[in-house]
Amino acid sequence: MWYLIYHYLQPISDWLVDSVIGMQKGDHLTEAIRFFIFEVPKVLMLLALIIFIVGIIRTYFSADRTRKMLEGKSTFAGNVLASMLGIVTPFCSCSAIPLFLGFVESGVPLGVTFSFLIAAPMINEVAVILLFGLFGWKTALIYVLTGLLIAITAGWIIGKLKLEHWVQDWVYQTQMGNTGDEGNGLTFSDRIHFGFDSVKEIVGKVWIYVVVGIAVGAGAHGYVPEDFMVSLMGKSVWFSVPLSVLIGVPLYSNAAGIIPIVSVLIEKGAALGTSLAFMMAVVGLSLPEMIILKKVLKLPLILTFVGVVATGIMIVGYLFNLIF
Amino acid sequence: MEIKILGSGCSKCKTLEKLTREVVDQNGIDASISKVEDIMEIMKYGVMATPALVVDGKVIIKGRIPSSEEIKEALTK
Repeated sequence: MWYLIYHYLQPISDWLVDSVIGMQKGDHLTEAIRFFIFEVPKVLMLLALIIFIVGIIRTYFSADRTRKMLEGKSTFAGNVLASMLGIVTPFCSCSAIPLFLGFVESGVPLGVTFSFLIAAPMINEVAVILLFGLFGWKTALIYVLTGLLIAITAGWIIGKLKLEHWVQDWVYQTQMGNTGDEGNGLTFSDRIHFGFDSVKEIVGKVWIYVVVGIAVGAGAHGYVPEDFMVSLMGKSVWFSVPLSVLIGVPLYSNAAGIIPIVSVLIEKGAALGTSLAFMMAVVGLSLPEMIILKKVLKLPLILTFVGVVATGIMIVGYLFNLIF
Repeated sequence: MEIKILGSGCSKCKTLEKLTREVVDQNGIDASISKVEDIMEIMKYGVMATPALVVDGKVIIKGRIPSSEEIKEALTK
């Protein structure tokens, strides 16, 4: 059922635009509407499917289990594992603090904890699906791989710098209660139920961003001149990468709103590396999260964290401008 | 019975509090419900992912929002 609708979405939306509304082919407005009518259901359907699957996968992981897997893991292997677990462990920025405390308490090294904290928000299913839907699987894959790379190396560097003294003092004094491993008793129908719940929750929250983002995209698609962004975010503009990161960090939008807009930026001549850097900065580094983390980290450590991650993002940006 | 909702104030924690109150009211359960927002306190329960539901000092659910049936089961048995 899902597959059938998805498969015939293009002819259906063409038919709607050309026959039902009866608009002039090739017209700016027609093409903008065609783009909108096709992309909105496509992206929403992809979102629903993947969030459902990810929701089920997440029931097999929990913060407790992830912590147990990371205990005693040192440096590099720990950073790699933590970054990958960051993708599948259920995470919301409001539990960043208890999670951080729990990890550090049980002896997960600081750098490994950071790898997790970088990967978890940056590589999220919404960003990956939107990239897949609007740019194709190659870009989505590049995003995931470079995101992982940044999380691994940034965490590793932070670990090497030995910055434990910049963690707020009370963190190491906190007494952590005994944690039981909850979530083993779930039946498969519980997990499916959980999958549906996460679809309802996430799609319910982001659909409006998707619609608005694609509407802005559709408008620009038809009307903004092709090379509009070349002089601003094109390859030849060397400062565009750091500038995108600088603008991206304080901007706090979820991936659902930002990616459709980025897709138009690229269409209008922005370089892929620059756009990728912008997206990663918006999604991965956010001001509200920094403010939350201020409770457990002293300012120099937060600045180091932002600095290391931002540098990583910029390197990725330049690298992709160079390759493509 | 003493029910505690652990959570630093995100929307999920509010949802869990609301759900729990509904279940308690609908089933006439004799319980006091309080919310724990202090992180140090939350950590004492060994909870890393909020929201969490604590009944008589025991962590029943953490890191997700349960269905009202699940809450009811946990409170009535």
